[in-house]
Amino acid sequence: MRRKVPSDLAALEGKSFDLDKAMTIVSFILLFVIVVIPVFMIIYNAFFYDGKFDLALFESVIVDKENISAMWHTVIIAFAVTVFGTIVGLFYAWLLGRSDIPCKGIMRALFVIPYMFPPFFGAMAWDMLFSARGGYVNEWLMTTFHLAAAPVDVNSIGGIIFVEVSYYFPFVFMQVVSALERMDPTLEESARIAGASQGTVIRRITIPLVTPAISAGALLILISSLAHFGVPSILGFSKNIYTLPTMIYAFISRSGGSFEGIRQGAALSILLVVVVAIALVMQKVILSHGSYDIIKGKSMRPTLIKLRGAKYPLLLLSIFTLVFIVIVPLVMIFLEAMVKAYGLPLIFANFTFDNYKSILTSQTTLDSIRNSMFLSITAGIICMFLGVMIAYVVNKIKPKGKEVLEILSVLPYSIPGTVLAIGVILSWSGTLGINLYNTLWIILVAYMARYLSFSMKSASAALQQVHPSLEEAARACGASHTEALKDITLPLIRPAMVSGFFLIFLPAMRELTTSVLLYGPYTRTLGVQIYSLRDAGMIPQASALASIAIGIIIICNAVVTWITKDRKGV
Amino acid sequence: MAKVVFSNITFHYGDKCILDNFSLTVEESQIMCLVGPSGCGKTTLVRCLLGFIKPETGEIWLGDKCLFSAEKGINVSPERRHIGVVFQDYAVWPHLSVWENVTYPLKKRKFSKEEIKAKAEHALKQVRMTGYEKHLPSQLSGGQQQRVAIARALVSSDDVIVLDEPITNLDAKLREEMLVEIRMIQKAVGTTILYITHDQEAALQLCDIMAIMNETGHLCQVGKDEEIILQPANRFVFEFIGISNFIPLVLKEGKVYFSIGEEVLYPEGSADIFRQHPKMELGIRPNNIVFDDRSPLKAKVKTIVFLGNEFDYFLTFGNKELRVQRNALDAIQHGKFQEGETVGLKFVEPKFYPAKEVAL
Repeated sequence: MRRKVPSDLAALEGKSFDLDKAMTIVSFILLFVIVVIPVFMIIYNAFFYDGKFDLALFESVIVDKENISAMWHTVIIAFAVTVFGTIVGLFYAWLLGRSDIPCKGIMRALFVIPYMFPPFFGAMAWDMLFSARGGYVNEWLMTTFHLAAAPVDVNSIGGIIFVEVSYYFPFVFMQVVSALERMDPTLEESARIAGASQGTVIRRITIPLVTPAISAGALLILISSLAHFGVPSILGFSKNIYTLPTMIYAFISRSGGSFEGIRQGAALSILLVVVVAIALVMQKVILSHGSYDIIKGKSMRPTLIKLRGAKYPLLLLSIFTLVFIVIVPLVMIFLEAMVKAYGLPLIFANFTFDNYKSILTSQTTLDSIRNSMFLSITAGIICMFLGVMIAYVVNKIKPKGKEVLEILSVLPYSIPGTVLAIGVILSWSGTLGINLYNTLWIILVAYMARYLSFSMKSASAALQQVHPSLEEAARACGASHTEALKDITLPLIRPAMVSGFFLIFLPAMRELTTSVLLYGPYTRTLGVQIYSLRDAGMIPQASALASIAIGIIIICNAVVTWITKDRKGV
Repeated sequence: MAKVVFSNITFHYGDKCILDNFSLTVEESQIMCLVGPSGCGKTTLVRCLLGFIKPETGEIWLGDKCLFSAEKGINVSPERRHIGVVFQDYAVWPHLSVWENVTYPLKKRKFSKEEIKAKAEHALKQVRMTGYEKHLPSQLSGGQQQRVAIARALVSSDDVIVLDEPITNLDAKLREEMLVEIRMIQKAVGTTILYITHDQEAALQLCDIMAIMNETGHLCQVGKDEEIILQPANRFVFEFIGISNFIPLVLKEGKVYFSIGEEVLYPEGSADIFRQHPKMELGIRPNNIVFDDRSPLKAKVKTIVFLGNEFDYFLTFGNKELRVQRNALDAIQHGKFQEGETVGLKFVEPKFYPAKEVAL
């Protein structure tokens, strides 16, 4: 028979204040405020009107022809981006992970670069090069070959797919490269010893073992592309090509921030959420099938496949790909930033620093940089601590309902930024008694919801490495719970906290999707400012600001690499 | 130096009962080895003692200090129990140097600077780690890390040190050295030591008193190592400590037979054996089986393994395999057997235990 613990025993612990309990309660409350309320408000406003259940709005949104075509575009683009992105990522991952191609280290670093920059920078660059109206390359081709029409039009579904692929393939690339690295090479070697040919080994051993990594990367591409705003808005608006996120944006900006427009946006958001949810369910199903434990944590030297004659052609192909997807857009932005006026040939005589001068003296632009800095640093620091706290509650305290906590903190990552922004508007613009609309705080709340999972995951992974006996040893040595946390646990996960901060700081610096729906007259962010400069036709100025953003991103990335490189003893 | 008393400790993990009314006393300045198979609740007991988990019933005393009492509602928090502990994985803090690791408990207990320095230096000297103060744990070998952990435990408590399977990760030679060292440190300091292990050889080497726990978390026997080996309290202890052979017996018309495929008369067997249980087995240690050509009990030598100081014979006795150990010197003097030879057997000091229920 199980004897019950006397209930008053718990009260006699000797302390009235219980740190664990406090952290658990605070975690639940914060996630409720940051995540649950916005999600609830979207659903409520899409289906209820004046407190009554009302499907009329939702129905009108669903049957709208434009909306249906936007949904199709979203699905087609996301599907194509996923397929091509996976193929490209997988091919280069294999080439760099398993073949004897030269210059691996540098190429690997270069292939991850697109991951650092916002895709809408690429869209801007390609738009300058291949726009049907006045793209530099198109112009040149038309004059050289006396063509009547532009041969390539990047303002098309194909163009959108191409640009998104070039920014999203690193998802698969990075996942697969690391899986290949951590895979025990004896698994392949024993297949060779057992008499399998090289081709059979790749087909029957290597590919199945990295399948979980491939599908994880592919679904990441799928979800990111479904929710993506920047590229389709820059390339698609001029030709009236809409996807769901850009459609939602159009609804809201058209209505000028009226409640009716936001409600329509909310209804449309539900459609987008449904599409993303289907993708997430697919992810769950696919990933649950393929978890192998034979991928080890430590890296080993795999046997490399000799490319022989194909070595240099493949090297050339890789270099060409890198130049095409990484170098060309970046160079284009910098060149355009220096040109006197959009459309002028890119020759030395037309170059000037006036664009930099004008944006750096413009108060709005300087404000936007300051706003972004403030938002990114604040969101980074707050989320860093919140992430550690929630990760600690989930991993170490393990209260009842920890699964709820875990899901809630990761959920916003799967919610498209556009949808999240609408949820935040609906929640914090007065309906619940707090009005943050048109202030930086509403953007901060959105960023926190959006990026909390980054620091949470990073802290979780680190905490799982901290064996409970380390903290217990401190307790046995006479340290109180708080002291053990301060002296042992926190110092041990400090590197993860720092990288968690940058994981939030960097994407927040260049954020566009949510800020573009939340900004007010005095709360533009860097991304929004670039976007609206370009929207206003000031393309050279937009490029100049983008090039400054690129500079900031590169410097910050260098700092991260430098910080995370030499951690001591851990 | 203080004695540790567990009385009537009960603990459930979920619905599973880990400890049921468990009582044990470790006398002052004694090395007590708590031995039991993996998963029998040894670590749970340690965690109760350290205060990381709360038993449902009973009391825990350290000297004259009550650490836990369910009835009186006492539960001293871990940091105020002053128990030195060496964890299974050492739990040496990887971000602190050896010196910082060892002085941490002293700082927490607010000793003066001079005292901290003196105590930490002394502890490091005892574990022969002087000169490594500035090293980080990642620069030390497993054995060295363990010694740091022991030094840290030594400075955290003069009363009692708990070692939870601390040497399982070391190689055989280092393990031996560590055991000798622990023994020597204990002699010098006089601390009470509770040593938790599933490794009976380490236990035999180290302890003053052994306590044997069975799979269900019950204490089977507490006693000196010779007692445990020579007078095992029950079949579990007999089987768990040392190597053992079991031969099933049957009683027919007042005579005892070995049931080994065929039935072979056991001449020394008396019907009394069957008084406690209808199904009995004879249990015997390998070195209590003696070769005797005159004995009517015959077995065949299957394989011989030479272990350096002794010979291991594996014999076929009917459908049973018996393991017999013989001192190497003795074997060489009296001539050893060849594989395939038939030998006569004699059982010295056999034990009789009820047969195990065969799980179907």
